[in-house]
Amino acid sequence: MKDNILLEVKNLKKYFYLRSGFFFQRSSGIVKAVDGINFYIRKGETFGLVGESGCGKSTTARVILRLIAPTGGEAMYNNTDLFKLNRTQMFKTRREIQIIFQDPYASLSPRMTIGDIISEPLEIHKIDDKKRRIEKVKNLLEVVGLNPEHINRYPHEFSGGQRQRVGVARALALTPKLLLCDEPVSALDVSVQAQILNLLSGLQKEFNLTYLFIAHDLSVVKHVSDRVGVMYLGKLVEVAKSSDLYKKPLHPYTMGLLSAIPIPDPKLERKRKRIVLEGDVPSPIDPPSGCRFHPRCPNAKDICSNKEPELKNYSGDKDEHLAACFFAGKPI
Amino acid sequence: MSTNNKLLEVKDLKTYFFTDYGTVKAVDGVSFSLKKGETLGIVGETGSGKSVTALSILRLIPKPSGKIVGGKIIFNGKNILEMDLKSLQNFRGNRISMIFQDPMTSLNPVFTIGNQIMESVILHQRLSKKSAKNEAMKLLELVGISEARKRLSSYPHEFSGGMRQRVMIAMAIANTPDILIADEPTTALDVTIQAQILELIDELKHKTNSSIILITHDLGVVAKYARRVMVMYAGKPVEFSEVDNIYYKALHPYTMGLMNSITRLDEERRGKLKPIKGSPPSLIDLPKGCIFRNRCNYSIDKCSKRYPPMVEIKKGHFVACYRSEEMMENKIVRKN
Repeated sequence: MKDNILLEVKNLKKYFYLRSGFFFQRSSGIVKAVDGINFYIRKGETFGLVGESGCGKSTTARVILRLIAPTGGEAMYNNTDLFKLNRTQMFKTRREIQIIFQDPYASLSPRMTIGDIISEPLEIHKIDDKKRRIEKVKNLLEVVGLNPEHINRYPHEFSGGQRQRVGVARALALTPKLLLCDEPVSALDVSVQAQILNLLSGLQKEFNLTYLFIAHDLSVVKHVSDRVGVMYLGKLVEVAKSSDLYKKPLHPYTMGLLSAIPIPDPKLERKRKRIVLEGDVPSPIDPPSGCRFHPRCPNAKDICSNKEPELKNYSGDKDEHLAACFFAGKPI
Repeated sequence: MSTNNKLLEVKDLKTYFFTDYGTVKAVDGVSFSLKKGETLGIVGETGSGKSVTALSILRLIPKPSGKIVGGKIIFNGKNILEMDLKSLQNFRGNRISMIFQDPMTSLNPVFTIGNQIMESVILHQRLSKKSAKNEAMKLLELVGISEARKRLSSYPHEFSGGMRQRVMIAMAIANTPDILIADEPTTALDVTIQAQILELIDELKHKTNSSIILITHDLGVVAKYARRVMVMYAGKPVEFSEVDNIYYKALHPYTMGLMNSITRLDEERRGKLKPIKGSPPSLIDLPKGCIFRNRCNYSIDKCSKRYPPMVEIKKGHFVACYRSEEMMENKIVRKN
């Protein structure tokens, strides 16, 4: 069942400590951005993480790459714990794990040509001499569908979609095995979004890549992912095969989320009954007791506010379908 | 429907921005009409001119760079573009009001919520401060904010994004306008909050019997709420019809391409999406002829000569494409 695993995240935690006061800083609260999540990604598959803003999905990606330090837990990459590696070891491992950022406007330096941007990872890791690097960059530009002759242009000369292609090329420069895609298409228009999604899935096949795909748009995540994890306030509430998640969601939050997304099909929408979740996402500084979703949950009982439900498998066959709910599967 | 229930009529609207780099034709010949009580959707990608269309209706185009250079906007028999400043102020926020995209920046951070709602009530309904306060409280309750009395003295930063958008809606409906323009009202919000806000707008529409212009890039939202849809591309309308025609019988290649580009929640994982090739043109340097021709799979010689006019290809279905007739009669094989 759990064979061929490339990355396994165990009990991952990231807390941010808030401080107030200027001279005598006191701790004024803890933001539990990611609070004990477990998931794994098989080689060559795409694992999607969805959730609304502030649920901790981007933090998860950043902690895995150790762009920010983890508070606790393990991230087993090819059977080594990324969190236990020292600086040089981590530096080396980062060659295999790369990230694509959300905003193609902010993630490319405006003062560097796209050639410099894409070859920078190669320079940092001292791969090839200058001449061969240029060859490589030109090759990469072609792979992501840009004109290699534009190697000396600056980011502002490109459109949003083209910039995101540059971001993809930069991530591919070191021929990584695992690509963390942090909202790679949410800043783009639909027609361009589709181009980038196609590019990513093409590259996956071509280079045998494994993706962690993070997005707030469930329909995008469902389209690209083999399996999907749904996050709410720093916790994973449901993990399932992407088609199962849509067909038979078990967690009430997933049900609400699915129902909230309008489908671009007017006839269907007229028939569809909508469940609108009430209230706002609570603050992660002082999350609700027990199940974090209970204040918004139409199914909540006493037990939900007292005890925290664990992720349990509800599937009979070989594909796991995990949900963290005492009344999993009960319609809302 | 008869033609005399047109509440608003926009005719050949042209709004240009004059910049150092050249003239940006943000809106270039938009025409549509809005019926009483209907929800009209305007869809398009970034830079297609949907927001500028909305701002033009309220004459809120930033000066001096922007200017409405042509067209008519007829509301209740009067041309908005010819109104003097005083009558414009009387009608803005009163007969037609607007909900903006970003609730974080469209509320004033230094005034209380109550103050900001009361402002428009006092201005247009000439109420006393006390009755305006009562009115503001009722409005807050109407948009689903609990403990309205207490909330009147809160500042915008004390509200979440969804709540702020509710406040914006309260301000917009304060004078029961005939037309509510919602410019990407939920783009900045999370999905579950988006559903709440859209349901609220729809509910209020039925209560007050106002018309809505819903501007969005989300084809799902349009499918759910709009009755008629105008698709815009690079400042021009390309297709305009009943929502079902747009989704199931689209005739313009751009609309068809858009529909093929979206990921759908209710579909099995598909192989590949079929995106439109290339990216939208710069509005300064538009191609001659049809603006979509460079990205189009069906372009013919004619397309590079002159922009195709918007024609009513069948009743209530307008398309700006030379090949729409062939497309409708299935004489061309759809490539997407």
